[in-house]
Amino acid sequence: MKITFDWLKDHLKTNLKEKNLLEQLTNIGLEVESVQSLSSDNQLFKVAKIIKTEKHPNADRLKVCDVNVGEKELKKVVCGATNASEGLITIYAPPGAIIPKTNTKLEIAKIRGVTSYGMLCSEFELNLSDESDGIIELSKKYKKNIGKSYFSKSKSNLIDLSITPNRPDCLGVKGIARDLAASGFGKLIIPKERQIKSKTKQTLKVKIKKEKGQGCSAFGSCLIKNVKNIESPQWLKDKLISVGQKPISAIVDITNYVMLDINRPLHAYDADKIEKGIIVRNSKSGEEFTALDNKIYKLEKGMCVISDNKGVLGLGGIIGGTRSGTEFDTKNILLESAYFDPRSIRNTAKKLNLDTDAKFRFERGIDPLSIETGLKRAASLIQEICGGEVSKIDIQKIESYKTKIINFDVNSFENIVGFKISEKEIQRILTDLGFIVKKEKNSLKLKVPSWRPDISQQIDIIEELVRISGYDKIKTIAPIKDRSKSTLTQTQRLFHFLQRAIASKGYLETITWSFTDQSYNNHFREAGKEIKIVNPISSELGVLRNSIFSNLIMYMSKNLDRGFKDLSIFEIGPVFTGSNPGEQKTVVCGLSAGKKSRLSWIDKERNIDLFDAKRDVVQTLSEVGYSSDQFFIDSKTPNYYHPGKSGRIFLDHKKDKVAAYFGEIHPNILKKIDIKTENLIGFEIFLENLKLSRKTLKDQKLKFAVSDFQKSERDFAFVVNKNVEAQELISVISNVSPNLISNIKVFDVYEGENIPDNQKSIAISITIQSSEKTLNDKDLEKINNSIIEAVENKTGAKIRS
Amino acid sequence: MSDLKKIRDEFILKLKGKLDLAELNQIKSDLFGKNGLVSSQFKKIGTIDVSERKKFASDLNIIKDELQDLINLKINEIEKANINEKLEKEKIDVTLPERSFVRGKIHPVSQTIDEISSIFSEIGFSVEEGPDVENEYNNFTALNTPDNHPARDMHDTFYLDDKKKKLLRTHTSPVQIRTMLKDKPPFKIIAPGRTYRSDSDQTHSPMFHQVEGLHIDKNINMGHLKGCLNYFIKEFFEVKKIKMRFRPSHFPFTEPSAEVDIGYEIKDGKIIIGEGDQWLEILGCGMVHPNVLKNVKVDPTKFQGYAFGIGIDRLAMLKYGINDLRAFFDCDYRWLNHFGFDPLDVPTNYRGLSR
Repeated sequence: MKITFDWLKDHLKTNLKEKNLLEQLTNIGLEVESVQSLSSDNQLFKVAKIIKTEKHPNADRLKVCDVNVGEKELKKVVCGATNASEGLITIYAPPGAIIPKTNTKLEIAKIRGVTSYGMLCSEFELNLSDESDGIIELSKKYKKNIGKSYFSKSKSNLIDLSITPNRPDCLGVKGIARDLAASGFGKLIIPKERQIKSKTKQTLKVKIKKEKGQGCSAFGSCLIKNVKNIESPQWLKDKLISVGQKPISAIVDITNYVMLDINRPLHAYDADKIEKGIIVRNSKSGEEFTALDNKIYKLEKGMCVISDNKGVLGLGGIIGGTRSGTEFDTKNILLESAYFDPRSIRNTAKKLNLDTDAKFRFERGIDPLSIETGLKRAASLIQEICGGEVSKIDIQKIESYKTKIINFDVNSFENIVGFKISEKEIQRILTDLGFIVKKEKNSLKLKVPSWRPDISQQIDIIEELVRISGYDKIKTIAPIKDRSKSTLTQTQRLFHFLQRAIASKGYLETITWSFTDQSYNNHFREAGKEIKIVNPISSELGVLRNSIFSNLIMYMSKNLDRGFKDLSIFEIGPVFTGSNPGEQKTVVCGLSAGKKSRLSWIDKERNIDLFDAKRDVVQTLSEVGYSSDQFFIDSKTPNYYHPGKSGRIFLDHKKDKVAAYFGEIHPNILKKIDIKTENLIGFEIFLENLKLSRKTLKDQKLKFAVSDFQKSERDFAFVVNKNVEAQELISVISNVSPNLISNIKVFDVYEGENIPDNQKSIAISITIQSSEKTLNDKDLEKINNSIIEAVENKTGAKIRS
Repeated sequence: MSDLKKIRDEFILKLKGKLDLAELNQIKSDLFGKNGLVSSQFKKIGTIDVSERKKFASDLNIIKDELQDLINLKINEIEKANINEKLEKEKIDVTLPERSFVRGKIHPVSQTIDEISSIFSEIGFSVEEGPDVENEYNNFTALNTPDNHPARDMHDTFYLDDKKKKLLRTHTSPVQIRTMLKDKPPFKIIAPGRTYRSDSDQTHSPMFHQVEGLHIDKNINMGHLKGCLNYFIKEFFEVKKIKMRFRPSHFPFTEPSAEVDIGYEIKDGKIIIGEGDQWLEILGCGMVHPNVLKNVKVDPTKFQGYAFGIGIDRLAMLKYGINDLRAFFDCDYRWLNHFGFDPLDVPTNYRGLSR
């Protein structure tokens, strides 16, 4: 909402300065977004006429114009607008002028070799509108103003307010003035309502059809005959220009002015173009009309339209149609002032994807009792400026407005806000805001002003009171440092632990978007459901991720392109399994590229491999508190891993939920993505699949018991079939005599010479120690033999002699 | 000259010469071996006349000690010389680089979330979470933002179905709804997490982070809200004083509502929080609207309280001088390394937020 202090003063008597005004507006919740000095130096912008245009010698799209700026000599101006043509009256900015939009100072400049003295302006550049297509076209009547300043002298800055959607009343200057006055900033001026002396009746019949979902509950109108739709007088033009609006014609300007002043949207029809009468009704499916934006709209069933016998004239409260629009030669007009239901307006506008100033206002709620005031103000202005005879006002209604009543408990204010104001002050504030206050036994009976659709209950009144009293009066009550519940749940603690455990192993934490590129996602989706976003910001971000890998690989690739070779990154976050709330899992996903050691004087170069990732995962899970002795590992992994070089980890042999995957990313994916690195290794840990220990650290610490009896180390080498996994041997050995055998380690795996094809040798070392005695040779021999026997029997291995 | 003296003199002389370790060991064995010269003298003690035996034994022991000490000294000298000689050869250039190591980092948003949790933990808040995909009811309707409410336009929402029933949450406020539906008052929670709006330019990212706060109990008023935020902002920016301004605003789910600005100034191109006469909007808050409490079956005549929502990314940017929001999610290795935190820097109550 754009206002000026000058305009505010139409409604507000005050001696305070603009600086105070800006502060006060923000203090009462009418946030000042920006202050523009539209008027400073704007005297430089002059009405000018293009006398001659020539094609620029060095540029096809540019023209060199000779412009009459009211001086003896014509100015040469280079202009790129397609509408720059001989005879056009427009606005000229000389060198030295500051262009409001860009805040840049114009200088004499050579444009492609031709010197340009100033510039011809578009509405956009002058902050008059968003119209940037071509330069301003002024009507012929400006001919007499050539050389004169376009803007009138004004000292008022343009203040742009951000009005929250609950305050439609402040979409009019008067509403803002009322709030300011209630807060003690000046006094509200209540103008005398102009009375129109009228003898004639409104003869054009208006009917609101009583149908289900009728979006219009009241339709006021008057006829004004024999008007002369001329250009607005300077004061009106200045007023509109001062808030960045472009004057068009007196009738349009007047309706705009009334709308901006008291937030009362009006619509003027050319009465002669209306066939017989007005019918306000629901649209039929497929009905069409051409709106004032020159677009044809095809309507759905049930939209609120203003129509006549021939068809739709306009969408009520949203946009009028070209068929009945006013023009400079309009003689007789019908002025409409109606009430449209916000919900109906919003539905229609959403369906047609239409956004207009009227729609913006009606969907927030227009004062239903402003119908007559608005008509009177506009009609009397039209009569004053354009002449004509005004008819009596006709108001059709299918519903009467009922004043809302709230019983306000005065004590509730302090209860919510924490400080007290006197009942007298409460009454004063509410009265100033337009409430009718009646004191009752234990409460105040409040009649809510019709322009406040946002107020319906006690809490709304409390807000009004604290807003006007000032938020600075709210005390600061220091918080109590007391905790009755633990801050994090166990799952949340696990999340934080995993996050920092992985980072501590050399991985950089990333946060990537929860959505991703469909084609990347498909590499990692497996049988998962594809979850599409209906309205993505771009097609490359069209689906929710089924795996974090898609994003990590994309960004890994970008980093490799930046010239980094050996990188480890990870993310902990959601992946999605469905489009319902809760269909998501938390995954820790890591990705490493390149070499583990590169260009080292001390270590051999080697590529990063899956055992690096496996170490990081197993170590992390061990740090979390799971015993790696219990893990069960096999090689069944999703298809995006290398089938032979990847594994999955279960926390124990029950194998109910996969704790993690690790391994090389499938070479096909690397090829498709065209990622160049020595090796790409990833892992995923599934947070929800990790069982939470119910034990506290205190309970986890068992009695400290170690054996001081002598321990012996023994090495074995077994020859087994290639498909036998090391895990099997370890598991068999650990079951032989769990109390005596510990520290089982594979220290060599060998295939080749001296070993039959399809077989391999696995060398294992173990520690044997008793907690009861020193084992003698006989004891050790016995354990040795049982190990060999068990391994040979259960895995088909043979001890290597 | 007695045998003893002869032995002594002969070997003292020998030991004065230049000897290596093997020669010394030979001498040692010649003297003290099983049949060594000294050892055999000891065997003789029994055969010596009683009157002379004492003196003989005493002389023998003196000679034995003298020779033994001398031999040990010599051996030590040689061993020491050997080690020194070896050390001389073993000298290495210690300025050569160590084996390479890699440092992992924690993302600044994660660090900031931990900082926030740590601060609110101190004043009794616990952490709640909610799903990223929400239904339209929890995200809007239950929060007193019914369909057709113009406030919905302020949230550019990503939808997952054509009926617009399922969406990516536009704020963390639906966690309020979930928490209050699940438990009974009082409530004192924060809910950090990912939020989404279909907005993308220099200052907007389609995904960002918010932390929601909710405190519902008997007699919680706007003073408590102000106190809580004042405490939080001071602790977060690690400053003693903060300039804070409450401004009336409007959110459908709180009333009265406020936006909170903090004072700042720019000194030497750096932003200083808590001083100066410029204002920076950092959060929105207010008293939870009675309609919201009714929607979650909490009696607004018995319970009341406040809620707030803070942009986490923005807080991190302000605190750590990060200019570009989009960089948070760009995964540039250099950026992550620069703005990331060491995983050992865990913000906690007792050690504080900073090292």
